[in-house]
Amino acid sequence: MRVVLAEDLFLLRDGLVRLLEAYDFEIAAAVETGPELQRALADLEPDVAVVDVRLPPTHTDEGLQCALEARRRKPGLPVLVLSQHVEQLYARELLADGSGGVGYLLKDRVFDAEQFVDAVRRVAAGGTAMDPQVIQQLLARRANDGRGPVDRLTPREREVMELMAQGRSNAAIAGSLVVTERAVAKHTANIFVKLGLEVSDDDNRRVLAVLAYLDRDH
Amino acid sequence: MTGGRRLGQTDGMNTKTKRRDGGSRTREMVLAAVQGLVLAVAVWPWTVACYVLALVSLALIPLGIGVFTTPWILTWARALADNRRELARRWCGMSIPSAYRPLPRTANPWKRTYALLQDPATWRDLRWLQVDMVAGLVTALLPVVLVLYPLEGFALAAGLWRTMTAGPYGAYGPYWYGFVPVSDQATAFAAAGLGVLLLVVADRFAVRALGLHFRMTRGLLTPGQAELAERVKVLTDTRRDAVDTSAAELRRIERDLHDGAQARLVAMGMDLGTIELLLDKDPEKARQLLAQARQSSAEALAELRDLVRGIHPPVLAERGLGDAVRALALRLPVPTEVAVELPGRVEAPVESAAYFAVSEILTNAVKHSGAARIWADLHHAEGHLRISVTDNGRGGATIGEGSGLAGVERRLGTFDGVLAVSSPAGGPTMVTMEIPCVLS
Repeated sequence: MRVVLAEDLFLLRDGLVRLLEAYDFEIAAAVETGPELQRALADLEPDVAVVDVRLPPTHTDEGLQCALEARRRKPGLPVLVLSQHVEQLYARELLADGSGGVGYLLKDRVFDAEQFVDAVRRVAAGGTAMDPQVIQQLLARRANDGRGPVDRLTPREREVMELMAQGRSNAAIAGSLVVTERAVAKHTANIFVKLGLEVSDDDNRRVLAVLAYLDRDH
Repeated sequence: MTGGRRLGQTDGMNTKTKRRDGGSRTREMVLAAVQGLVLAVAVWPWTVACYVLALVSLALIPLGIGVFTTPWILTWARALADNRRELARRWCGMSIPSAYRPLPRTANPWKRTYALLQDPATWRDLRWLQVDMVAGLVTALLPVVLVLYPLEGFALAAGLWRTMTAGPYGAYGPYWYGFVPVSDQATAFAAAGLGVLLLVVADRFAVRALGLHFRMTRGLLTPGQAELAERVKVLTDTRRDAVDTSAAELRRIERDLHDGAQARLVAMGMDLGTIELLLDKDPEKARQLLAQARQSSAEALAELRDLVRGIHPPVLAERGLGDAVRALALRLPVPTEVAVELPGRVEAPVESAAYFAVSEILTNAVKHSGAARIWADLHHAEGHLRISVTDNGRGGATIGEGSGLAGVERRLGTFDGVLAVSSPAGGPTMVTMEIPCVLS
């Protein structure tokens, strides 16, 4: 799998390259500025791009803008965006086109190599990887109104929904909560009924539906 | 050889400079005439309207109506005066200091009017409007007349005299151009001669005549010693506040780093040392400690992230004020609508101050108002960043001692910004801020 990597801090870039190579990814390019990233995304046709939000020369949200622009030109181009902080505002922009293949994670998530690599693979396959903090921000807003559909979920269903919104598959959720996949499937069905969402077999569409539901203005 | 060439070059340059000098002087003369025309045609009517309305409004104060109109019109007069200051700076390179007291914060019209009438700058503005109506117009028209009148002389010599002395005009006798009675071609040439003479005068004095207008303006609009002293006092106060606030901020950051991230890194270092020792003796225990060290590093990062958010939020650095407030609104438990109309980036210090002010006001609204909805509106108009935050809560908010709003007001003061609160019991609450600033 070919990866384009954009990160301006040498230590982190180097670490990410070594980490990804250790898991048999091929680094097509590891760049440090926005314009370089733009060129690499246009010329190298990677399977997935791992991009830092803030890049030189402007040190603003250059990386995010490059990623969004590349996805406008090539819808569904898998992009995993990394940042020192996560904002629902940015998550919303990344998810806006509804085509999947999007990830948005805190840089801290790199600490857990297995999970991070799993996220990269998921995004490359057209799935979603949302940072738990994004989901918590979304839920914090939801939970406040006290009587909404989200408050009618059982604690276990809520756990399942949080993991599902992060983009995990049923199998991964089952592994993480130490239950059977059938139990997860049952919870998922309940969640969809309680939130009034249409049930779908497609994992990715399911995730996007939940995220869209949580982000909707109440 | 070399010397000769250098001399020749210098000569050539001199002639060129002279020619350019002549050209630019003509340009300046025409420019002065155009600027005079703009002042007389586009600006002067406003002066008259403003002065008349101000008099009417002041006269209506005893009837009560004036109380509502006076603040409006006096603010307008300020804008006019500031506009003339700006023109003086741009057209004549003349700086006319401006020293108004900050606009009263209260929404009570009586208090507003009273505060405005207390400001000596208000009366200075009115005096200036009065003089500007007459002397201002004359001095503005002077360069226009000096440049345009000679053109009529030339037109007369070119044949206009025939029209002016023939037909119905002939009945009134000769046509007077200045003091020259024009009745035939010869006298028309004399008129043209006078025109040339006037043009020479214009070349000399047109720019100075416009300068006279702005010198007069400066004489009338420059604040007196007492007002400057008052301004100095305000600046000293706000500066002390700013220094105090930033010192307190630094102390807080130091304490947070010392007790938080720094302590965690120390613990991590110790854990790593122990792990090194245990690696051979007790690998299981080492593994446990490794997990603990990783946990510590994650916590240290989280703490640093919160700290950074408190110093300068990353979204503010990445996207500017509008998106930073949008991102902030998305974190609030109360649905908040944000409307932004900023055609550029706000200056960095103002941006940061405005962000934290909005943040404080939103937090207040969420905590105390019991509102179900909040609206924030940010826009830039007339050289001011204007922000209003409205909630449909229970109202009753005040800028009292010790309230969050007093702190916001103090911090905005550093930027000559003002804060106004309208919060009747039962709501709604509307907090508005205004900070002078330019967009980039």
